[in-house]
Amino acid sequence: MIKIVNLRKSFGEKKVLDGVNLDIERGKITVIIGRSGEGKSVLIKHIIGLLKPDEGAIFLEDQDLTSLRDRDFNEVRKRFGMLFQGAALFDSMTVADNVGFPLKEHTDLHDEDIRKIVTEKLNRVGLVNVEEMMPSDLSGGMKKRVGLARAIVMDPEIVLFDEPTTGLDPIMSDSIADLVLDTQKALKTTYILITHDIPFTYKIADKIAMLHEGRIIEEGSVEEMKANPNPILRQFLEGRAEGPIKVF
Amino acid sequence: MRRQLESIGRFSEDFVSAAGQMTIMLASAFVYAFTPPIKFRNIFKQMEFVGVQSLFVVILTGSFTGMVLALQSFNALKRFGAESLVGPTVALSMARELGPVLTGLMVTGRAGSAMATELGTMRVTEQIDALFAMAVNPIKYLVVPRVLAGVLMFPILTIVTDFVGVIGGYAVGVKLLGINPGVYIGRTIDFVQVDDIMTGLTKSLVFGLITSLVACYNGFYAKGGAEGVGRAATSSVVMGSIMILISDYLMSSFTV
Repeated sequence: MIKIVNLRKSFGEKKVLDGVNLDIERGKITVIIGRSGEGKSVLIKHIIGLLKPDEGAIFLEDQDLTSLRDRDFNEVRKRFGMLFQGAALFDSMTVADNVGFPLKEHTDLHDEDIRKIVTEKLNRVGLVNVEEMMPSDLSGGMKKRVGLARAIVMDPEIVLFDEPTTGLDPIMSDSIADLVLDTQKALKTTYILITHDIPFTYKIADKIAMLHEGRIIEEGSVEEMKANPNPILRQFLEGRAEGPIKVF
Repeated sequence: MRRQLESIGRFSEDFVSAAGQMTIMLASAFVYAFTPPIKFRNIFKQMEFVGVQSLFVVILTGSFTGMVLALQSFNALKRFGAESLVGPTVALSMARELGPVLTGLMVTGRAGSAMATELGTMRVTEQIDALFAMAVNPIKYLVVPRVLAGVLMFPILTIVTDFVGVIGGYAVGVKLLGINPGVYIGRTIDFVQVDDIMTGLTKSLVFGLITSLVACYNGFYAKGGAEGVGRAATSSVVMGSIMILISDYLMSSFTV
């Protein structure tokens, strides 16, 4: 569904993406793993057009997204939903206004209809009677759930997740994993996640790709990755300080 | 020597880059202001924030400025036996200069810093990126209502400042210093022309544009967490105030 071809991006002297190639299948969960600062967020921001690459292309079906003008990209963005690392909820709005925001901006639905959809999506992510709460009143896990409800409120074809379990305890991370699986199964949506949470990755991924030094060095199913002998991949999956990846 | 040249070069580069980004932001805001759908609710909300919520501060500033102007001009004019000119002195100073400039500076401190802080917080917590991701143009959604509110509300606030300034001047001139009320009002009407008031209002419109644009620019491009947000708020007040004073001189030099 999405094909990333030879994507390169530098910030000043620092090469962040150095020829990324990756295929993302429709209706599957693809998880991109890698150390902090390896450019995972940069990669995901390219997919949704928040950043422009120095070189390379990103094809959504046959359309090269990198060649689109901002106004045309907005039409493409309506096919996407995104859950940000800190959920990025609008702190001046209630939970209901946050979740209903894309509907209000892009549809002609009446307020009552928007309200019904918002409640349904909040229920889907396991939240009840939170509509009138403000984001500042929510825990980290609840914020992520509200963020996910907002990301899926327009029934997008593709949902991007930027570190969905960062800052959460292991139990809450596991519940987010269940939520990812449940919503993906129900909606048959293409999910692209970036994370360095390995148990979470093993639980949800149809495909794992590892980003290292600006490139995808290995990709495959959970079983294939578990059996892969690449020492860099092994060190990362096993969470060891010793190995070819230098910590400092 | 080399280090000094480098820092001059860096400053010039930053200045040109900021001027360029601000110009692009202004041009985009202008285009999006006329691109449907126009969300009047957001515009009214910002007008309430910039205008209604600044009323107290401009009434306070305007009235005390008018009062002190009356005191000082009385002190100077009585040396020439021209106490009757206190009224027009206060009114002309307020209408042409002090009304728009003081309103501009006070509202920059109150609303400009708040705008920069709000947008800066939205930037560092990825709320602006979230708008992009939801196919909502942040310039149209965030910048246009604030710039329109600045341009529309600054002249109205200036009228309020001018009015309370003249009332303050009248109270001090007539009630405290004993100038004949008929002479005070008559002389003021004789000397103050509609053009004087329009000059001040034109200035205030420009100041409204400067304040809101500078605040939006600093907030929109804030980086570096809480410290960056603080820097954006400070820069919006400092940069906005300096630009108001410089543009005031330039506009005054064309209208004297």
